[in-house]
Amino acid sequence: MTDALTRTTARTAAGITLEEGLELLRKMTLIRRFEERAARLRAAGFIPGFLHPCSGQEAVAVGISAALRKDDVLTSNHRGHGHLMGRGADPAQMYAELFARSTGYNAGKGGSLHMIDADLGFLGANGIVGGGIPLATGAALQLKRRGSEAVAVTYFGDGASNEGAFHESLNLAALWKLPVLFVCENNLYGEFTRQSEHMVLENVADRAAAYGLPGVVVDGNDVLAVKKVAEEATERARSGMGPTLIEAKTYRHKGHFEGDMARYRPKEEVEAWLKRDPLLLFPEVLREELGATDAELDAVRESVEAQLDRDIEWAKEQPHPTPEDALRHVYVDSHNGKALR
Amino acid sequence: MTNFTFADGIRQAIAEEMDRDPAVFVIGEDVGESGGVFGVTKGLWDRFGPDRLWDSPISEEAIVGAAVGASLVGGRPIAEIMFSDFSMLAMDMIVNQAAKTHYMTGGKLSSPMVVRMITGTNGSTGAQHSQSLESWFTHVPGLKVVAPSTPEDAKGLLKSAIRDPDPVMFFEHKGLYTGRGGPAGDVVEVDPIPFGVGRIHRAGTDVTVVSYLKTREYALAAAETLAEEGISCEVFDPRTLVPFDYEGLRASLEKTGRLLIAHEAPARGGFGAEIAAWAAENCHDVLRSPVMRVGGHNTPIPYAPVMEQFVLPMTERITDSIRALVQNPSRQLQSL
Repeated sequence: MTDALTRTTARTAAGITLEEGLELLRKMTLIRRFEERAARLRAAGFIPGFLHPCSGQEAVAVGISAALRKDDVLTSNHRGHGHLMGRGADPAQMYAELFARSTGYNAGKGGSLHMIDADLGFLGANGIVGGGIPLATGAALQLKRRGSEAVAVTYFGDGASNEGAFHESLNLAALWKLPVLFVCENNLYGEFTRQSEHMVLENVADRAAAYGLPGVVVDGNDVLAVKKVAEEATERARSGMGPTLIEAKTYRHKGHFEGDMARYRPKEEVEAWLKRDPLLLFPEVLREELGATDAELDAVRESVEAQLDRDIEWAKEQPHPTPEDALRHVYVDSHNGKALR
Repeated sequence: MTNFTFADGIRQAIAEEMDRDPAVFVIGEDVGESGGVFGVTKGLWDRFGPDRLWDSPISEEAIVGAAVGASLVGGRPIAEIMFSDFSMLAMDMIVNQAAKTHYMTGGKLSSPMVVRMITGTNGSTGAQHSQSLESWFTHVPGLKVVAPSTPEDAKGLLKSAIRDPDPVMFFEHKGLYTGRGGPAGDVVEVDPIPFGVGRIHRAGTDVTVVSYLKTREYALAAAETLAEEGISCEVFDPRTLVPFDYEGLRASLEKTGRLLIAHEAPARGGFGAEIAAWAAENCHDVLRSPVMRVGGHNTPIPYAPVMEQFVLPMTERITDSIRALVQNPSRQLQSL
């Protein structure tokens, strides 16, 4: 016991304790296992809609969220499950939403593409590529108006950096020094198309220079590196110095959506990236630099699996909405189930 | 005599709401010190300053997107789109984001915000600065659509729009606040006007003329002319298109038995079609003639004054149409 305690407090890598490191690993593992199980549950008929799995990109969501405070807010994109769980969202309510149940995060009205957790400041995944970027910019404007030190984070992909919404928002945020972290998860593909076929620049981060804000490239498969740049960017934002564009280079292990076999990607490329799986890299860091034992690492995986077993069981038991529930929530002031004429 | 104009109504509503609630702010192009292209926000800068008036780059998607985002975290933004034609650049933020926030989130979030759009034709403003696009927004569940025609309505409805918990598309016809409608300065007290309550500008017994925005003036002028011929028109301004005062319309039709809808937007797919369909479905028992629409011709708005006046449904065309409807409805239907 003494050994374990000593290890936890004394050994650090990139400024974290073993306990903190195991928590980062737990979140990354949770995201990966959540996605794997979601794919199986969809195949088994529990999930009626789209899934855009984020397996392989977990270190970005977890690293960014590790730098955030409770009052910060986030917007996300179509590949948002990791962003939610990185922020601490409840997998049970996420599954319930995916299963289209009335106790899911969005009462069965959103599904994967629109999931929120307002209590966590998670303002929503988004079905429109680039759609969440102006929303985070506007949230940051209101946070700044309020005199808050909170920041807004928006996650998007390399493909979204070709949308007008991205360019208009970067300009606006830089101009008004808004507290925003523009987090680009560059997974090399916009849907089925390689980055090199949809833009000339190698780095999305280089686009920041055009609008007068810093653009930073980081290894998106290194959770501690992501955490570090996020800490720098949040500090900048909180002190009134404005937004940062963070480009996290990463890779999605699966296709654009669940069911896409992604045959447009070279086999060698996929194999090379699988060797750089954040869930292989980070346990090694924990082992070598923080002295984590096999038992400790195994315990993380086991606790995640047990949690997901319980969460899925709970979600399966949740009630379905009624057809007429479709008429509610069109307007805030018409909750009586009457669609407005 | 009081000199209280449409522009005064808009500006006073913004100022009074900003005094009432610090969450209210304006974002848009030239809304700051310059007071806007029509002078509507003039004077607000000196009183409220840059934290309440965000003079933005020419970035319609970012303007409306910022308004939506701010509304999600407690802001009460008023986004100004200089010409409603430019709202096309912000449609994703209006239609895919704001309109669906409350619904997609199962009622957990909402987007209380106003998009003010300067709309309509006003003297050779051409095809990209003159459109009347209000019916597009009525087609999107989740949006409310407001279309005032008087200074008092502009003020009272804008106050309600700013306080409304849902996204509100607020149309201001530029023909109502240029020239004599421009900023004058007298203050008139107006309480918030509830949505979904129409206003009868002239009572009548032979035909109900539904019109809004600038067209309401033409409808009133037509009614004057026709009164001399013994045709009694009831001019009904719904003031808000979503929600719509169908009860008020029904009550009017029970008196007149005839319905003509006039608006500047092209007749095809215009909001008049929705009103006509509703009346056909719900007022067949009181209608004694076919329902008729008078809209802009189905063309882009031309530049030459002679063509522009031809395309718009102005007093003469409305007058002729009402006369035909009352005197010989079957012949007029053929010409449609």
